[in-house]
Amino acid sequence: MGVEGIGARVTRKEDKRFLTGKGRYTDDMTVPGMKYAYFVRSPYGHAKIRNIDATAAKAMPGVIDVLDGKQLQADGIGNLICGWMIHSKDGTPMKMGAWHPLAVDTVRYVGDAIAIVVADSSGEARDAAEAVVIDYEQLPTVVEAVAALAPGAPQIHPEAPGNLIFDWQIGESDAVDKAIAAAAHVTEIEILNNRLSPNPMEPRATLGIYDTAEDHYTCYTTSQNPHVARLVMSAFYNVAPENKLRVIAPDVGGGFGSKIYIYPEEIICLWASKKTGVPVKWTSDRTEAFLTDAHGRDHVSKVKMAFDANNRITALKVDTIANLGAYMSLFSSAVPTYLYATLLSGQYAIPAIHANVRTVYTNTVPVDAYRGAGRPEATYLLERTMETAARELGVSPAELRRTNFIRTFPYQTPVIMNYDAGDYEASLNAAMQAADWNGFAARRTQSEAKGKKRGIGMSCYIEACGIAPSAAVGSLGAGVGLWESAEVRVNAVGTIEVLTGSHSHGQGHETTFAQLVAGRLGVPIESINIVHGDTDKVQMGMGTYGSRSGAVGMSAVVKALDKVEAKAKKIAAHLMEASEEDIVIENGELKVAGTDKSVPWFQVALASYTAHNLPSGMEPGLKETAFYDPSNFTFPAGCYIAEVEIDPDTGETDIVQFVAADDFGNIINPMIVEGQVHGGIAQGVGQALLENVQYDANGQLLTASYMDYAMPRADDLPSFTLSHQNTPCPSNPLGIKGCGEAGAIGSPPALINAITDAIGHNKLTMPATPMKVWQALQTAH
Amino acid sequence: MYATSYHRASSVEDAVRLKSANEEGKYLSGGMTLISTMKQRLAAPSDLIDLRHIPTLRGISIDGRKVTIGAATPHADVAASRELAAICPAICKLAGHIGDPHVRHMGTIGGSIANNDPAADYPAGLLGLGATIVTDRRSLSADDFFTGLFETALEEGEMVTSVTFEAPEKAGYAKFNNPASRFAMTGVFAAKTAGGIRVAVTGAGASGVFRHPGFEQALASNWSADALSNVAVDASNLMADMHANAEYRANLVKVMAKRAVASAG
Amino acid sequence: MTKVTLTVNGRAMSGECEDRTLLVHFIREKLGLTGTHVGCDTTQCGACVVHMDGHSVKSCSILAVQASGSTITTIEGLAGQGELHPVQAAFKEHHGLQCGFCTPGMVMTAVDLINREGGTLTEETVRAGLEGNICRCTGYHNIVKAILAADAEMATGRQAAE
Repeated sequence: MGVEGIGARVTRKEDKRFLTGKGRYTDDMTVPGMKYAYFVRSPYGHAKIRNIDATAAKAMPGVIDVLDGKQLQADGIGNLICGWMIHSKDGTPMKMGAWHPLAVDTVRYVGDAIAIVVADSSGEARDAAEAVVIDYEQLPTVVEAVAALAPGAPQIHPEAPGNLIFDWQIGESDAVDKAIAAAAHVTEIEILNNRLSPNPMEPRATLGIYDTAEDHYTCYTTSQNPHVARLVMSAFYNVAPENKLRVIAPDVGGGFGSKIYIYPEEIICLWASKKTGVPVKWTSDRTEAFLTDAHGRDHVSKVKMAFDANNRITALKVDTIANLGAYMSLFSSAVPTYLYATLLSGQYAIPAIHANVRTVYTNTVPVDAYRGAGRPEATYLLERTMETAARELGVSPAELRRTNFIRTFPYQTPVIMNYDAGDYEASLNAAMQAADWNGFAARRTQSEAKGKKRGIGMSCYIEACGIAPSAAVGSLGAGVGLWESAEVRVNAVGTIEVLTGSHSHGQGHETTFAQLVAGRLGVPIESINIVHGDTDKVQMGMGTYGSRSGAVGMSAVVKALDKVEAKAKKIAAHLMEASEEDIVIENGELKVAGTDKSVPWFQVALASYTAHNLPSGMEPGLKETAFYDPSNFTFPAGCYIAEVEIDPDTGETDIVQFVAADDFGNIINPMIVEGQVHGGIAQGVGQALLENVQYDANGQLLTASYMDYAMPRADDLPSFTLSHQNTPCPSNPLGIKGCGEAGAIGSPPALINAITDAIGHNKLTMPATPMKVWQALQTAH
Repeated sequence: MYATSYHRASSVEDAVRLKSANEEGKYLSGGMTLISTMKQRLAAPSDLIDLRHIPTLRGISIDGRKVTIGAATPHADVAASRELAAICPAICKLAGHIGDPHVRHMGTIGGSIANNDPAADYPAGLLGLGATIVTDRRSLSADDFFTGLFETALEEGEMVTSVTFEAPEKAGYAKFNNPASRFAMTGVFAAKTAGGIRVAVTGAGASGVFRHPGFEQALASNWSADALSNVAVDASNLMADMHANAEYRANLVKVMAKRAVASAG
Repeated sequence: MTKVTLTVNGRAMSGECEDRTLLVHFIREKLGLTGTHVGCDTTQCGACVVHMDGHSVKSCSILAVQASGSTITTIEGLAGQGELHPVQAAFKEHHGLQCGFCTPGMVMTAVDLINREGGTLTEETVRAGLEGNICRCTGYHNIVKAILAADAEMATGRQAAE
């Protein structure tokens, strides 16, 4: 391990600008002549638009124009789409309703965009937006997925009768039913996975700039994947051809999935810039963020888990209804299917699994991937079921898990995934030891003496990351490939730029990617710059989500580095009159192994650009590009333990300790990995104890600000105890599995298992608010 | 925020004059509620008359056990006052848990009680202490001042200039936060004053802050948390929302009352 | 339009704005100091925290005209050009930031907290002191660590100076 190479705890190169207020986020951007946008949005959950009258609004002070959906449609701007095709079990394709960037005749959720006002100031834009008169015919609404499937429910899209988008299945239904019929014990449980709002602290923003002279568009936007944004805006929304559209995602203040998607506002601001002749900036406020950022989760599932007489799981049957909101967002169809049901084997050898998933339209904001995306839903379902089964079977939760762990690899699950490596018991043991599991009984006695109820719970999670082998996801319906690209550009003086299609919005790529290069070449980390987030600079990329930047993005850098090194070795061998095979790269030098002959790295770089003395036929320059397409998913796994103390008078839960033992494969920078786990756990605690999106029956969002949506704050959380077990991933060159989502995946069931243990009552839904816990305690006795 | 016109008052008289000249205007103190409300376009005063720069409105003075707090005194000053803590620590503790540190640097006692948010802390404190609210034209007892949800006895153009109270023999405040907003989901101030036992509840009442006679009677004969165990809390007059139904709030009212008494010693 | 005069990061600055302009927008748009951020509309997230006359305040809930005449310190003015304040240095050392959006408010809050309670801080009081600041990335673990480390470092500095 070098001081700056792989495995080193290097402080972040990017920190200084963030710490001194020099970060540059989209809303910080100003360009000459820039004006401000405000969107007119539906106040109703479901309504027909009879008429839009913007006459008064257009006459307001400072107003440049008010534009609506008919104008957008007339200009040929296309509808928003879902990029992953799912077929129902009867073979029919998913039923995608039309999503106009600006609603034309119908609005389907509160917040649905109807018109854009462009004005000299944001205040004037908002003043004018209030003066746009819209004649609505209100329609009946439905906000819950189960209710939306009921006969007679309001019909949301003509394309999807009964609001059913698809009815999909995976696994062997017959085998599962037989195993359940023959089981020694069947645990049955209903699982609710609460709806969440991602809430990156930077609200979405976009700045659209149309250049008349060049007929060219520039889009600054809060995106996790600017190239995907350009591709989709160009290919599907007809904004502009790719060569006429530059997308820049500068510093981005967190994403957690919600900034993957291409939202209406980005398209509309670009179009409005052309229509009005001025650059148009829009910045969401927090209430708009709650109303319009894609939400996460929102599943209702019925589960049956069958056991034989030895407590071995023989089958798992799952029936899930997933709420996708009013429109199908970009990857919405993949989340409750291939990112969810394929993980239902968990860490366990389950011979037969069947899952049925129905997805449903409702009058709520679209639901898509949020940190973990499908895998938290699978883990919560499985780990709550395992805990419940252990209680029913009278065995310890650890013993039931040990009995069922997968222990040999590779392991083919009945639900597509092929696990390549892991040691689940190692994480379980590490977590139990760190949590002093065996000392719990004594601690519970102490708590009881204080009048408190104490509980402990565990969760053993697995996830699939490193998304994803392109051919595999293509065969499953994905509209894009999920490779990554990299370019390593060595300058003539030996400094290095790495251009990557991954995008950092908090993950620290400017440091970890540089560590990889510094370690390989032995050059100082300061001599390496990471370039990302600009389609004019980086050739192509698929962006950052699904814990893919290390496993996929860095693997592409490895491939490009391999090529750079090979060429550098050829040059060095030529300069030193040695054999290419004998050249090694160490400490910033290219050496002839076994001799004292060497040339410094910068000299090789310089030689490649002066081109005075290169091997015969070699092109000048030292710059290489690579695309890396993974051969498999990666499978981070681990065990989390939560210990809670509950105040029975108020129902308040205090997390007295939280232990995470994770296997992420090889680790580039432990400091950054720990940070990712901390943040993930905090979001998991949020889901388990605090956060819940609630709509009323009319589709009004009740939790539209931090006054009503409970975000985890510093005093809601403990410090966390972490450890890492490492089984390197065999499918990528760095042995990385990915760490971005684990915390959010593993933590909710550990907490609910702990709370239900404390209160002696298993019927508790997330979030376990003080009121719900108190109510459960009233019925427990 | 809708357009508004700002005026900075230099004295109480100046403020009252500005207010009478601008009927649709509002007094602005720390602004921690008013500015937020205006940002969300839920309030649209034509004019704002800033009271924060009137020197006579700010400060805490103590004469024996008589306490006077100027209306424009920020929560942070009340929370940090050693002189006040020596005779009435409960009100310092209450002030030290309003909002967050930044809000406490701006928000003022006068602004808080004039707004009378049903989940604000000070109304419980002042009602529990039996304080007197002094305005530019009269003095009102806390019992008369707080009249309902966001409602007070203040007349058009009347402004709070200070609050006064006798330091109680004993007092305690306990609150349970709304997990999202951090406002009081229930807060109870219990005090043993020269005028008798007073228990005031905020955050829970459907009509705003209220006194609980049942608790007061029980404590009058036995000042202890246990004395409250058998006192019923009627849920029918309590608020219900997605965070807490009335039954749960009724439970919190009793639990917080017991804790307030316990903390008073 | 009203003229607003402020001393910002040691320099006298003034500008014209509507009375409804918030201090945070005045700082960001009129003064071009974009390190102070807006993360919510309800005075809760703390991304906008600056110091006004020596105390931390939420600049999203104060009108620029209200602040006129006061002395403001923003994240840009906390340390000298190219330098880091001990709190900034501790955030870097302990990885107390990820996306950086809440960071300016967190740092300004931490400095205010240490100014008020320096030398006595514990994990519990730091967590309580962060009540008005929301971070979605770090789970607060390393922010708390960083503030405690900065407090210890600054206490050592104060002792050395005495």
